[in-house]
Amino acid sequence: MGTYIVKRILATIPVMALVAVVVFALLYFAPGDPAEVIAGDHASPETIAAIRQSLGLDQPLPIRFAAWAGQLLQGDLGVSVFSNIPVVTLILQRLEPTMSLMVLTTLIAVVVAVPMGVFAASRSGTWLDRALMGGAVLGFSVPVFATSYLLAWIFSMKLQWLPVQGYAPLANGVGTWFVHLILPSLALASVYIALIARITRTAVLEVLHQDYIRTAKAKGQGHRTILFVHALKNAAVPILTVIGLGVALLIGGAVVTESVFAIPGIGMLTVDAILQRDYPVIQGVVLFFSFMYVLVNLLVDIAYTFFDPRIEY
Amino acid sequence: MGDGEVLVAPALPDLFEDRGRRSALAAVLAHKAIVIGAAIVLVITLMAVCAPWLTPIDPTAIAPLERLKGPSLAHPFGTDMLGRDLFSRVLYGARISLFVGFVIAALSSIIGLVIGLVAGYWRRLDGIVMRLMDALMSIPGILLAIAFMAISGGSMGNVILAITIVEVPRVARLVRGTVLSVRRQAYVEAAVASGSRSLTILLSHILPNTIAPIIIQATYVCASAMLLESVLSFIGAGIPPSIPTWGNIMADGRSIWQLKPSMIFLPALFLSLTILAINLVGDGLRDLLDPRQAGNG
Repeated sequence: MGTYIVKRILATIPVMALVAVVVFALLYFAPGDPAEVIAGDHASPETIAAIRQSLGLDQPLPIRFAAWAGQLLQGDLGVSVFSNIPVVTLILQRLEPTMSLMVLTTLIAVVVAVPMGVFAASRSGTWLDRALMGGAVLGFSVPVFATSYLLAWIFSMKLQWLPVQGYAPLANGVGTWFVHLILPSLALASVYIALIARITRTAVLEVLHQDYIRTAKAKGQGHRTILFVHALKNAAVPILTVIGLGVALLIGGAVVTESVFAIPGIGMLTVDAILQRDYPVIQGVVLFFSFMYVLVNLLVDIAYTFFDPRIEY
Repeated sequence: MGDGEVLVAPALPDLFEDRGRRSALAAVLAHKAIVIGAAIVLVITLMAVCAPWLTPIDPTAIAPLERLKGPSLAHPFGTDMLGRDLFSRVLYGARISLFVGFVIAALSSIIGLVIGLVAGYWRRLDGIVMRLMDALMSIPGILLAIAFMAISGGSMGNVILAITIVEVPRVARLVRGTVLSVRRQAYVEAAVASGSRSLTILLSHILPNTIAPIIIQATYVCASAMLLESVLSFIGAGIPPSIPTWGNIMADGRSIWQLKPSMIFLPALFLSLTILAINLVGDGLRDLLDPRQAGNG
């Protein structure tokens, strides 16, 4: 198991390197000139040339790539064109709100979706199953920003139970933090819940037909114990996998949710960077989130070994 | 993110064979979710196509005196902050959303099919091609599209290109998985042993098996593409704001949503309904073609 984990960690390095190369290449080959985009619509050719030079865009491809990769290896993502602050600093400043949003969302999603999927599987074919899975399809189809506005409209505007927008740092107390974060997290969780509930149902259904479940039933184990202990433990691998893969949705959703609820996180940084045409920030954020996604899935792979000792390289 | 094959539908059931064609149609028509989903998609498509006959008002016509009006006979959905008729804008917006969704579904399916066939059949290329696809899939889709759009600038072509790049690896992975499992079937090995040309084997023995999974995947790609397009427009990195799309109407409504929530909720309702309908069709087709997952009602 130990060697598996070490090998798995080492295998992540080429993946991250390739991701970095792909991000660089995509942005390099994308139609359009970043210098022109940054300069705006009415810029003179001189301004554009100056911007191109300051960003090193006038250098040939191999030199640009080498310079960029060298910086990256030292943990340097470049400097914001708009504020002149290093991109890494900008990301770190905005890390807490985004992480808070994602962790709370994941907690809500797992706590809601796993029992939902297990119940649907145990009542498979009944109206309860159909209602739960119908709800899951619905959660999958309603865009996150629509859910965000709907929740804000009901709970903040009509009922006035919760603040409409903003973020309160954890340092100011868990209460205000939670009150500001619950609506965005619920909105963001809707898609995640749908995803996890569906996989949980399928995975548990598959396990429920196996012999050891019949044995447990014959032994007189309670219905709940069978479902949540015996069945769920063996269905854990696909569920964990989808939780890991779902982080991609979470990251995309965070960009939207943060801008609807005015949460000053990395998502908002991204949207601001688009409007300010801040090319280094956009590139940096994409890389940061991609690495985070790869690392989360590395953790998921390692977590497999706790549920299924057979997994080895 | 483990390596290896994706779970795919087992080799095609009778549904798509010639003698089964009639019963396949009957099976599709007997599936409630597919019929309901397809009917909704059809109605919304008709709405989009017939927009000029359903509303006499130009969706881009500005009328300062009619700003932010509530629903009335002349403006069933009211007007926005420039006095533009929201009913017209939503109808014409359907054209863009559907067009973008269908075009991206078709493009991603074709490109993904070619990449998947090549990677699955010529094993020497497999390593490189699939590592590249994995790397693309490691970049969260919305961010990839956002970054691409931020650099290339807002236009419909760039939106289609950006989202297609996001969706292609998913199709390629699925096709490759199917090819790998079909390759091991006795009849393909027999064809290889009897000296058939690679291209013949690929086109006449392997390709037909990829059609069903691709059709199912295409519905999901279509839904996901429409969603992505609206997100891009919503945050200002999508189709130029002058063109009425569902995402752009919502983007216009952002700053005044507390005053006029319908500018968010109406386009969102149509968007959700369309995506829900497409997902219903996709789930239904998967039920029919993949017995392992059957029982979703």
